[in-house]
Amino acid sequence: MKKNSLKRILATTLTLALGAVALTGCGSASAKEGAAEQTSEASAAQEQSDSKVYRTLDEIKESGEINIGVFSDKNPFGYVDENGEYQGYDVYFANKLGEDLGVKINFVSTEAASRVEYLETGKVDIVLANFTVTEERAEKVDFALPYMNVALGVVSPEGKVIKDLSEVKADEQVIVISGTTAETYLEKNYPDIKLQKFDTYATAKTSFENGTGVAWANDNTEVIAYAIENKGYVVGIPSLGSQDTIAPAVSKGNSTLLEWINSEIESLGKENFFHADYEATLIETYGKDYEETLVVEGGKVSDGAAAEASSEDSEEASTAATSEAAEAATEASSAK
Amino acid sequence: MGFEVLLKGNNMIRLLTGLAVSLKISFVSVAISIVLGVALGILMTLKNPVITVVSRIYLEIVRIMPQMVLLFIVYFGTTKALGINLEAETAAVIVFSFWGTAEMADLVRGALLSIPAIQYESSISLGLNKLQTYIYVIIPQIIRRMIPLSINLITRMIKTTSLVMMIGIVEVLKVGQQIIEANRKASPTAAFGVFLVIFLLYFAACWPISMLSRYLEKKWET
Repeated sequence: MKKNSLKRILATTLTLALGAVALTGCGSASAKEGAAEQTSEASAAQEQSDSKVYRTLDEIKESGEINIGVFSDKNPFGYVDENGEYQGYDVYFANKLGEDLGVKINFVSTEAASRVEYLETGKVDIVLANFTVTEERAEKVDFALPYMNVALGVVSPEGKVIKDLSEVKADEQVIVISGTTAETYLEKNYPDIKLQKFDTYATAKTSFENGTGVAWANDNTEVIAYAIENKGYVVGIPSLGSQDTIAPAVSKGNSTLLEWINSEIESLGKENFFHADYEATLIETYGKDYEETLVVEGGKVSDGAAAEASSEDSEEASTAATSEAAEAATEASSAK
Repeated sequence: MGFEVLLKGNNMIRLLTGLAVSLKISFVSVAISIVLGVALGILMTLKNPVITVVSRIYLEIVRIMPQMVLLFIVYFGTTKALGINLEAETAAVIVFSFWGTAEMADLVRGALLSIPAIQYESSISLGLNKLQTYIYVIIPQIIRRMIPLSINLITRMIKTTSLVMMIGIVEVLKVGQQIIEANRKASPTAAFGVFLVIFLLYFAACWPISMLSRYLEKKWET
């Protein structure tokens, strides 16, 4: 109730403010796109607001432009280089998609917290911002086939490498960052291990370097990069627990675009595209050793990655995650 | 120190372009806020019960809602609820004007109420009509009283524009983060230098405004 009345008040003030913008002739932002185009766009969107927010594959091709949401400050996945060009693993793939669609790419800088919103409102056509496939997200957006693995990893000092969590003794502690999947996973599956929790990456890092914990558990992309950047540390467990995947996402129900991306990922698999992508963008950070752990080629979570996972249930989890994504995809297309 | 990353490629130009984006959004919003805020502030002193209630609710919303939430509501919410597809910069201008208008109106209202009734009465007894009273007696005093407070509001608005990165606008702080992150390996200490330069850029943008306010205060003192 309260929310509704709030909305109404907001809507009224918005209209007033909008009018004011138009009156004072300060609609500088819209001037860029051409006011006429915007009004037609707005009315078109209004007409369809109940049916769909997204643009279909044909509509994108026709417009000659695709909006892709990427990170602009997550080196080496999506970042901007000194010439203002977008770069990184996700961007390399995005460029390929744009090339094969024959359209110009308009990169949109997204934040982790706004990725779902961008798709729900159709403000971008695809999100390629290191988007981990989760159940909650799959309810709001449609994930295509995965193109990268992400799991937990554990890093420890060179002198005393923890290769399995059972090696952690009763009086030893493992460092985690609060609110991460590492924390939830360890609490659930290893309730006997004492955890040392920190709020930020920086504090966790400092404590770990001071030796307050025997190991540090975090996303494997993080711990691997850490071990490579800091001498004297080794990733004893590169892949632990639920193996999640990273996949492109489109607006819920945008089946034409989703199917096109899926077939694109499959055909790119034949030319080992994502390995080339890894070698072009990630190898500097992660080295050659983790290529098979991280890369998912042709949308299939490879056995190589799963076998490296330390426990069996992680394998199950990884297949569950992909089948979930596939399920969501078929659900969406049947709902259409 | 990290200044070297700013000399790479177009980094410095990108940072300045980002600053231009921040300033554009804030100045457009400030202009709208002043016009609407003055109008609303005057309306609020009329003691009309409807206007009082509506403006009170409006002010409370602005005070309670974080600007970030407002940005999300205006940018994403309008598309979801009304099907209107706003440009990110338009959405930002709406949010900042929405906020600025409320604060400006409150300042105008406060300034108007601070003028003692005796001044109105004296003006009338001197034979000035209502319009003349405002133009020659009330408004000059209000403006003088409002300058320091509005300058405070304007500089706060400029600094808060950094939030617009949440709706995909690449402004000065975001460019800074991009530069730091892109050079994470090559120069791990770049953060200090980049943030220091951003600090100087914000300072360069806000300082002239404070100077202007000081000048105007002095000029209109008598």
